[in-house]
Amino acid sequence: MSDCRRQWNREDELPVYLAGPITTGPNQRKSFGMFSSVEGAFDSKTIDFDNYAVGRKGSRTPRSGSRERVLETGDPVGKTPGEAADGSRRSPSGEADDARSGVEVRFTSEKESPNEKGEKLLIKGGRVVNDDQSFYADVYVEDGIIKQVGENLAVPGGVKVIEANGRMIIPGGIDVNTCLMKSYLGTQPVDDFLQGTKAALAGGTTMIMDHVTPQPGDSLLEAFERWQEAADKKACCDYSLHVDIPQWNENVKDELELLAQDKGINSFQLYMAYKDLYQMTDAQLYEAFSFLKQLGAVVLVHAENGDLIAQEQRKILEMGITGPEGHPLSRPEELEAEAVFRAITLGNRVNCPVYITKVMSKSAADTITQARRKGSVVFGEPITASLATDGSHYWSKNWAKAAAYVTSPPLSPDPTTPDHLHTLLACGDLQVVGSAHCAYSTSQKAIGKEDFTLIPEGTNGVEERMGFVWDKAVAMGKMDENQFVAVTSTNAAKIFNLYPRKGRIAAGSDADIVIWDPDSVKTITAKLQQSAAEYNIFEGLECRGGPALVMSQGRIVYEGGKLQAQQGTGRFLPRKPFPDYAYQRVKCRNQVKSKQGVTRGIYDGPVYDVAPTPKYITPAPSAKTSPTSHQPPPIRNLHQSNFSLSGAQIDDNIPRRSGHRIVAPPGGRSNITSLG
Amino acid sequence: MSYQGKKNIPKITSDRLLIKGGRIVNDDQSFHADIYMEDGLIKQIGDNLIVPGGVKTIEANGKMVIPGGIDIHTHFQMPYRGTTTVDDFAQGSKAALAGGTTMIVDHVIPEPGSSLLEAYDQWRQWADEKACCDYSLHVDVTHWDDSVKQELDNLIKEKGVNSFQVYMAYKDYYQMSNSELYEVFTFLAERGGIAQIHAENGEIIAKEQGRMLQMGITGPEGHVLSRPEELEAEAVFRAVTIASQTNCPLYVTRVMSKSAADIISQARKKGNVVFGEPITASLGTDGTHYWSKNWAKAASFVTSPPLSPDPTTPDYLNTLLASGDLSVTGSAHCTFSVAQKAIGKDDFTQIPEGVNGVEERMVLIWDKAVTTGKMDENMFVAVTSTNAAKILNLYPRKGRIAVGSDADLVIWDTDAVRTITAKTHNSAAEYNVFEGMELRGAPLVVICQGKIVLEDGNLHVTCGVGRFIPCPPFPDFAYKRIKARKQLAVLRAVPRGMYDGPVSEFSMSRGGTPSASARTSPTKQPVRNLHQSGFSLAGPPTPEDAPIRPPGRRIVVPPGGRSNITSLS
Repeated sequence: MSDCRRQWNREDELPVYLAGPITTGPNQRKSFGMFSSVEGAFDSKTIDFDNYAVGRKGSRTPRSGSRERVLETGDPVGKTPGEAADGSRRSPSGEADDARSGVEVRFTSEKESPNEKGEKLLIKGGRVVNDDQSFYADVYVEDGIIKQVGENLAVPGGVKVIEANGRMIIPGGIDVNTCLMKSYLGTQPVDDFLQGTKAALAGGTTMIMDHVTPQPGDSLLEAFERWQEAADKKACCDYSLHVDIPQWNENVKDELELLAQDKGINSFQLYMAYKDLYQMTDAQLYEAFSFLKQLGAVVLVHAENGDLIAQEQRKILEMGITGPEGHPLSRPEELEAEAVFRAITLGNRVNCPVYITKVMSKSAADTITQARRKGSVVFGEPITASLATDGSHYWSKNWAKAAAYVTSPPLSPDPTTPDHLHTLLACGDLQVVGSAHCAYSTSQKAIGKEDFTLIPEGTNGVEERMGFVWDKAVAMGKMDENQFVAVTSTNAAKIFNLYPRKGRIAAGSDADIVIWDPDSVKTITAKLQQSAAEYNIFEGLECRGGPALVMSQGRIVYEGGKLQAQQGTGRFLPRKPFPDYAYQRVKCRNQVKSKQGVTRGIYDGPVYDVAPTPKYITPAPSAKTSPTSHQPPPIRNLHQSNFSLSGAQIDDNIPRRSGHRIVAPPGGRSNITSLG
Repeated sequence: MSYQGKKNIPKITSDRLLIKGGRIVNDDQSFHADIYMEDGLIKQIGDNLIVPGGVKTIEANGKMVIPGGIDIHTHFQMPYRGTTTVDDFAQGSKAALAGGTTMIVDHVIPEPGSSLLEAYDQWRQWADEKACCDYSLHVDVTHWDDSVKQELDNLIKEKGVNSFQVYMAYKDYYQMSNSELYEVFTFLAERGGIAQIHAENGEIIAKEQGRMLQMGITGPEGHVLSRPEELEAEAVFRAVTIASQTNCPLYVTRVMSKSAADIISQARKKGNVVFGEPITASLGTDGTHYWSKNWAKAASFVTSPPLSPDPTTPDYLNTLLASGDLSVTGSAHCTFSVAQKAIGKDDFTQIPEGVNGVEERMVLIWDKAVTTGKMDENMFVAVTSTNAAKILNLYPRKGRIAVGSDADLVIWDTDAVRTITAKTHNSAAEYNVFEGMELRGAPLVVICQGKIVLEDGNLHVTCGVGRFIPCPPFPDFAYKRIKARKQLAVLRAVPRGMYDGPVSEFSMSRGGTPSASARTSPTKQPVRNLHQSGFSLAGPPTPEDAPIRPPGRRIVVPPGGRSNITSLS
């Protein structure tokens, strides 16, 4: 098992202080100020310039020997059970070695090959934690599906048994926001579907939802197919796709219909930022919302006021601020809050569920909270970065470090933001956690070295997502374990209509299972991460809690710190439209909300003569109505009236509320022009 | 100001007035004192005043004497598609005086594309001819380009206008984009103007209007259905955001709904410089009348933003007014006859917008806020007069009873009760939106420019005596905080070494697609020469002359040379 061995080699190389359980202080980040020394800062971290020679993109940095651990599609069938068990027992690296973390794998029959198709697995003695309750039960998995949950299960022979030793068994995480193929000016993120899903699995996430990001003018359908093809080849875990709508026109509508009905896409992202690129006007957003609502899709919104950002960016560049600090300065958090407010207003008007991607600031989160209090159907997604770090790093003297934090909306410079977002996550005002994982290398970030507006946007976080929510919310006592499951997995499955196939441990669900170790402690560092990015924005943060074992599609893919992912095993999961979680209320409101005109007699009093045509041609208030609406011709023949007391009425075609009294009393109508 | 109606002075010099035994109520305190007025100015305040002989004396008998009201928002004689509102400056200011308002501020509305200055002159001419009380003008900015900037500059510096209204509604007509708003606000913040905003999301309104008409709703109820209150709240929120970005004082005209008012009070709690102006109609009535079976009645309530159908709105707005979260009251008096309203009899989007309220404004606030115990008399003076004077930078000339102030004052009768009806009101409109309301409180005597205009229920007004009162820029009430913040909010770049590591290759000119180069502002050169670097280890760093580096900041060129800034720690 070459893979295994590589892992071993890698650990041998590690500095001594990382090889044992970490016992240093709670917060490892010391990198403030330019003269402070950071542990490990002088180890082989400098960029290998040869590999960055312009033009040779795609060549990954051999930062250390471990960097080349691109997984062979390595045939794990060849692995003998002995070796596998060996691995788990001997894995002495860091947290996983002492007895308490002992998730044991043993076989009732030594003959069974563990990773064959139709593998049978029994997780014994664990505590199953779903979003609603926790209970002790064994879980039996066969063919990638959970077949039985309960005590004293009757299972066939030859079953591989995993002893959970009372640990939590949780549904695998669902990362609702990744961008593993989002090209920027022709360069691709360093984490593709392979690298990205490996990182996801290592962090306990067994499903990702990636954003298909076509450029304006591209066909959505083609982009979708490109993404699907790439993901089918490379992804190591199940995936689904969101499609971003870069512009709004008639062609897009047809494609959207096709995507929603035939391709299994039920979520589309719209942009309120990126002026002259992706940004849509309010009127376009309104149309898009209405259309997507008819398709039964969830509308994802990137909420920032692009017009104001463009103005601010110009102002800040003029002031001579070109570094990454210009990024948060030109995108202050109220622009995010404003756009969130507007998106919610649009959602309310159209009566359409709205999902705010990347909630980065307190005020945006508060806006969502208030809207939910008023009954709006709105969901908020904070991301790993906003939950674990803050925007003070934009002012770092180290350009490469500062640039690594650049994402949109930016991290809030207010250091109390993560705490606030965790509180809202715990109380249910924010629902799901994504990572917005979009990793660019430092040299890619350096495209914007003299102009912050050109820095490619994106931070890492797919691997750290679950760990940080545990560390900052559950370990701090803000959140219980059930809510943890809800925000990392179940809610996402519900919103995007994958529940209960994903997001729950129940008979019939997919066997995406994580055995969670709440006691493990690890220090985040770019050296040990799966992602290919040179920089980890959580560098040096200590994180309690992590997966002890990860099972995807019924296969053990991560165990005791070792990843055994298989490239190309990820399946595309189509999603049906009209997810109940989002649309049940919307449907009800549709019925209640139908508006009705007042049936009143035709006004037959004097009408002021509007100045005839020449004056009228100026875009006078006729322009107040929308150009699409069918307006009556501006000047009517005032003597022509369809009004009669009996027979057909002009408003007969208006559906009348049944039981509505028709106001044509036998004695004739009272004079409606009277001023009483 | 030298040019303000010198001819008028002889008319009023004869008036020497003494008000005896009144209780003077200003926005800060109330006290018993006599007031002596001469030449249209308050000359003395105190007990046992020494006054010349032959002075007309008014016995106040312990009644309240308050500064005359300032109606900060009117549309008298407003042209609309070839017709004008039925209340011209004469009729309108007469109604104002009858209600205890001694100064009005009218909106100049130039057609989009036409000159602001010409429109201003036109309004000045109309008002100078007819107005019976002092007036000032707001100018609405209905389009935005460089010539408008020049005109604004001129209006602020020469013409005595310091407040300008911009529109977020009326798509394809008055509406401005966010970028334009940003530019207008930035411009006004530099020149010391107040940005007034008509806050409604015009884009969504246009869509909703189309939808309503398609559904077959053509009556006045379509007006309120297509302009739900959250569109107002959304626009207020956006306006607050833009104003806070540009550090410009914001004034929201016509706060009509609870949610819009809430946004304003939240913004004020966060420290934004925002003023909210509820109008008589939103303080006194609600939008249920849009569903009236009487088309003429329903249409008479049509105004934008619409009255909220929530009947608890007036109460709520009065509460916020009392607590100081909303600052001033206007009337947005803009009256059309029923025949004019009937232009939109088959299509609610064509109904001319506007309600009455200049006459009822003060009485209504007294009845709804003071007699109900929400507000004290000093706050009443603040919201009806003093705050407006402060925002317009006319304080203490207007809005206060003090020596040297204009002799615009009102003896207020707290006990009078009267019923509002179109039959007895002074406006020319056939319909009054407050019809049938019984209101306590009324002006007993109104003195304007030192002359008694209302006494014993009789109105004696003279057309054309109204003077234009120029408003200087940078009112302290709004700009003190703005100026302080301007000094604080200087953004600074981080002085760091040039990034000298490798740069990934990227294609800037990828076809004609507006790729990320469009992210930069169009004025910026998209492609920089990445090899050109001003970085050197020795000697002063290049941006020495750049103003971004604050004095006293340590220049970061340590003697040992810079640490390798491309390291990843």
